[in-house]
Amino acid sequence: MKIHEYQAKALLQSYGIPIPRGYIAKTPEDTLKAAQTIKKGPFVVKAQVHTGGRGKVGGISIVESPIQAEAFAEEILGAKLVTEQSGPEGKPVHTLLIEEALLSKMEIYLGIVIDRAKGCPVILASAQGGMEIEEVVKEHPDMVITETVHPSVGLRPFQLNRICYGIHLDPKLMKKMTAVIHNLYRLFLDKDCSLAEINPLAVKNDGEIVAVDAKLNFDDNALFRHPEIAALRDLSQENPLEIEASRYNLNYIKLSGNVGCMVNGAGLAMATMDLIKLSGAEPANFLDVGGGATTEMVREGFKLLISDKEVKVIFINIFGGILRCDILAKGVVEAASELNVTLPVVIRLEGTNVTEGRKILTESGLQFAVASSLGDAAAKVTLALRDSFKL
Amino acid sequence: MSILIDQDTGVVIQGITGGEGAFHTRQMKEYGTKIVAGVTPGKGGQKFDDVPIFNTVREAVENTKANTSGIFVPPAFAADAIMEAVDAGLEIIVCLTEGIPTLDMIAVKQFMKGSNSKLIGPNTPGIISPGKCKVGVMAGYIHTPGRVGVISRSGTLTYEVVDQLTKLSIGQSSCVGIGGDPVIGMTFVETLNLFEKDKDTDIVVIIGEIGGHAEEEAADFFRKNMSKPVVAFIAGVTAPPGRRMGHAGAIVTGGQGGAREKIDILEKAGITVVKNPSEIGETVARVLAVRKSAYRL
Repeated sequence: MKIHEYQAKALLQSYGIPIPRGYIAKTPEDTLKAAQTIKKGPFVVKAQVHTGGRGKVGGISIVESPIQAEAFAEEILGAKLVTEQSGPEGKPVHTLLIEEALLSKMEIYLGIVIDRAKGCPVILASAQGGMEIEEVVKEHPDMVITETVHPSVGLRPFQLNRICYGIHLDPKLMKKMTAVIHNLYRLFLDKDCSLAEINPLAVKNDGEIVAVDAKLNFDDNALFRHPEIAALRDLSQENPLEIEASRYNLNYIKLSGNVGCMVNGAGLAMATMDLIKLSGAEPANFLDVGGGATTEMVREGFKLLISDKEVKVIFINIFGGILRCDILAKGVVEAASELNVTLPVVIRLEGTNVTEGRKILTESGLQFAVASSLGDAAAKVTLALRDSFKL
Repeated sequence: MSILIDQDTGVVIQGITGGEGAFHTRQMKEYGTKIVAGVTPGKGGQKFDDVPIFNTVREAVENTKANTSGIFVPPAFAADAIMEAVDAGLEIIVCLTEGIPTLDMIAVKQFMKGSNSKLIGPNTPGIISPGKCKVGVMAGYIHTPGRVGVISRSGTLTYEVVDQLTKLSIGQSSCVGIGGDPVIGMTFVETLNLFEKDKDTDIVVIIGEIGGHAEEEAADFFRKNMSKPVVAFIAGVTAPPGRRMGHAGAIVTGGQGGAREKIDILEKAGITVVKNPSEIGETVARVLAVRKSAYRL
């Protein structure tokens, strides 16, 4: 789960990491007031959106006066920011963060992630703060310090030393810096983060170390033990269809093609998308109804697919295994007739009682193309797509 | 033969009285798996069908011939269940639970250091040695005994591949779901090593997906240590970047993790990579045929 920068900063502050003085605002008037309260310009006004790259598309403005801050707020509040990472539909701006602008002599990158292979948290640091870490890794791999933390022993002083010397930090600032690293690591563990990133972590001209930007992502599987984090979820930053899907434990990701697909299991769902693409069509979505799909989930999945206006053909690929295909087929028929599905539907079912299942589909009177294998299904999808364009 | 489990495996089911645990215990018994014990704290002394229930895994191990555990415990308690199984000295631990917090799994990995237990999963359909034993949730009937080893990070996609093989009359020695989570027990490499040593496995199919760099390690292991052919499929060529695997994994692994990069690395190592998921079975048949004709010459 993602949270906003201002929420991340509040968490950092509660863990003793200094942040710039700032306020949030949801209206131009509050933006004006926030800047007036900070008093001394210049001010940084930052759109709060769940996507990176906002600086490059006008989501951040540095202004001299409260009036200018208000003017920027007028312009950007309610707008949608389309960035390199946001997807074509963009993210709506409902909240701004207004902060004092800082003068810094050094910008550091500091991040913590999980190294999957080692099964340990890893601390990443670089003197090239402000840049995307991916770019630093690509262009100056020698400038990224990585320290793997032993999960039971924890972060050791020698590792903190290596980080500080590695980024050529002024030795006088080491105490402050190691406190920031320690606190970020503590936060990472306490709150089950999947990513904790401060970029940049600025060394101000007066020697203070301040988190100028912050990004915290959380392990969805651990949210059950952090209700206070779960409460920070901002639904306005998520695709409405994806929210609807998550309500029924469906895993849905909107894509740009026109073949709506519903599959059980993430791996098979990805393979199905790949198959559609190989047959010359484009998947409209990723929709995983779970390894053990039920008829209710199939019905909800159907609803999602037909609410996407781009979808021209529906492809259902369920490998039931233990699930009984006759029951699943009944569910599909019920859902299709109840929802009055008029789009062509290609279905591929496998599992216990598959013959009965296929019989129910063919005899339903609905226009289902029943496929006998993955290859057959791909051919039927392409055919249905071609026919839909003829009409 | 087969790897990890066979007709002599004795299984204890942790969470045997829960909905999933109960259903799949009966399914496994029907397939022929020897379920020798169940564990549900508070229900020790009772029976599930004819299976004795114990309060702790240690008691189950002391009183039965259990050497393997199947875990059907809810995510919040699953990490503890794995540690209990490790502590009780079980050789093979199959954790079917989906949704265990990553930090919990990190603690499990630490706990397991120095033990002889092998963990399969979590978030796996389990493992099956067709005709002998299954510890998992897969449908038994799609499998058939034979000489192909299958290793997969996914569930239903594995069923798809096995189904293709079985329909071509190509049987499997063992099928291992290593699990789809970021931090897992046995990896592709450890499982490949077992198949390489298994004299009843002729070829291995690996089913990978985007994220992490387990497939890259498998490629490296194959190049250095394997004499048997490997066929691979990687799901997710069309997956949008950044949605399932955040930037995080890619940074630590130096930009690896995308499907195309994985395919490239596997092919360079000499592994046959199948691009079309509907052609995995045929490809295995073709590679096996080429091998056989090479032997005849």
